[in-house]
Amino acid sequence: MNYSNLIKVSTRALLRNKFRSFLTMLGIIIGIGSVIAMLAIGQGSKLSIENQVSSMGSNMVMVMPSSQSRGGVQLGNDDSKKLTVDDAKAISEECDAVSLVSPEVRSSGQVIYAKSNAPSTIYGVSPEYLDIKKTKITDGRIFTDKEVRSAAKVCLLGKTVIKNLFGENVNPIGYTIRFKSIPMQVIGVLEPKGENSFGQDQDDVILAPYSTVQKRILAITHVQTIVTSALSEAASADAMTQIETVLRTRHKLKTGDANDFEVRSQAELVKMFTSISDMLSMLLGAIAGISLLIGGIGIMNIMYVSVTERTREIGLRMAIGAQSFDILMQFLSEAMLLSVVGGIIGIILGISSAKIITSLANWPTVVTSNSVIMSFLVCTVIGIFFGWYPAQKASRLDPIDALRYE
Amino acid sequence: MAKKILEVKGLRKEFHVGDITVRALRGIDLTIEQGEFVAIMGTSGSGKSTMLNILGCLDKPTAGEYWLDGIAVAGLSKNELASLRNKKLGFVFQSYNLLPRTSAIENVELPLFYNPEIKAKERREIAMQALESVGLADRMHHTPNQLSGGQQQRVAIARSLVNDPVVIFADEATGNLDTRTSYEVMSLFQELNAKGKTIVFVTHEPDIARFTTRNVVFRDGHIIKEQMVDPRGNARELLNNMPINTDYE
Repeated sequence: MNYSNLIKVSTRALLRNKFRSFLTMLGIIIGIGSVIAMLAIGQGSKLSIENQVSSMGSNMVMVMPSSQSRGGVQLGNDDSKKLTVDDAKAISEECDAVSLVSPEVRSSGQVIYAKSNAPSTIYGVSPEYLDIKKTKITDGRIFTDKEVRSAAKVCLLGKTVIKNLFGENVNPIGYTIRFKSIPMQVIGVLEPKGENSFGQDQDDVILAPYSTVQKRILAITHVQTIVTSALSEAASADAMTQIETVLRTRHKLKTGDANDFEVRSQAELVKMFTSISDMLSMLLGAIAGISLLIGGIGIMNIMYVSVTERTREIGLRMAIGAQSFDILMQFLSEAMLLSVVGGIIGIILGISSAKIITSLANWPTVVTSNSVIMSFLVCTVIGIFFGWYPAQKASRLDPIDALRYE
Repeated sequence: MAKKILEVKGLRKEFHVGDITVRALRGIDLTIEQGEFVAIMGTSGSGKSTMLNILGCLDKPTAGEYWLDGIAVAGLSKNELASLRNKKLGFVFQSYNLLPRTSAIENVELPLFYNPEIKAKERREIAMQALESVGLADRMHHTPNQLSGGQQQRVAIARSLVNDPVVIFADEATGNLDTRTSYEVMSLFQELNAKGKTIVFVTHEPDIARFTTRNVVFRDGHIIKEQMVDPRGNARELLNNMPINTDYE
């Protein structure tokens, strides 16, 4: 029997039981469909994280104090007083793989203008901060070094803060707002950045000189983070080692002492976040894979029923000249047809549900050709794997017994 | 002397059921020539079905020799037997064994699917001719459940003819049919025989056996009687003389 005949005969046999064939396929359809959709969600979130993080500056290197324990009590990072403005200056002077450096101190609180108020976060930084974070100013100016030295009460506002305090389409430059009762004059407006992939509003920010936030708001002398920019993305590994050396010397750490700070590059961050989303998509994929397995077992089950039901047909086919191999191929191709057609419908379903998810839930999804090819191969393999045993059973029937089977 | 289509010598068949050995055939010698219409008769357990299975190349004998159309069958493999059945033999069964929900023409085509020498286009033509020869050309697209018992058996006969076999084996082919339909089927077999087809017909009904040319009677694994049929019944004539069937009016 040649292949076109084989497919014709198998199709005919499956069409004899349309509804049953459809129900059997449903397992595969749902399995493949969910694998495709799940992988699309995983891939989509990974890609959007990658884009987001690298839009924040892919050559950014951050220094944070490491969490410390005092008397067995773990303390939060921000409470550490290990990093100072002088550390930042030393990095800027001594590390040649680092181009820009800015200290960062944060404080959350109410920001008030006239009768409006809103919770927000103020970031105390140096003017280099804008370049490090790849943020632009749409209006006004950044504070000067002189203003930093004098701890001037000036600030730049993000779009969300402006909206909360002044309403839409108002230019706030020149007005004075208050943050935690400290009056500050608005000197610039930041370019809107939107939400990042963690749902955090990047426009709900106030930038001020780090000295202002340190002295006037927090009354501290240390800084919480030092953000730096390596010369290039490739140089970020060098920058990290240099920063580590400089800080270890400055902090007088002996060989063998653990660092009291942590250096992280943006490239590492990307890796960390995408590894989370990789794990997530693997998990989702595995769950979907189980439903695929169950679909395969469904095919095996139906093929068994079919072989038993059609014992006399098998006997007849053998009597009129079918060889064992012909019977094997017939049932195998029926099983494969079920799984492959189911798989194709599943792929279509998966792609369209990924599209629907994107348009309804606004989640980024990416259907990769890899996942489609993989699913197609998997369902072919499922057809062979789960069809083999019933098909072999059929091919080994004795024609005399099979013909008399009631 | 006509050509020998089937020839068996010293044929034995034993089955092992647990510790017991059942001797189904105990040394059979039989020759069937071209153009014969042989009835193999006997009661249940006489060995006639075992004989048919071996003659039909569905089973292998324990001992003895068998030539089918000049080919020594005993040494052939399972696959060679399948190909032999496909090219040289036709089968008609008591329960028709048609594929359900499949049209008459597709049922008739079935043996040709397993013959790689026949192209898809020829297949339909040959099947159509076979269906015409049993008088069911107008029913080609009917499925078995749209056909009467007699019509289904005629489709089965067309299927057995489609590969132009050297011999047709019929196993109780009238067993499920009423007398009138039986006679119709027998008359069809007689027509085919008159055209030169060799037919081996297993039955336990003497009534049916009288339409054949020779009766071979089995009992306990032996042939106990072999006789030419004389006078031979003519199924067509009997059919014409039968009162019109009023059962379904």
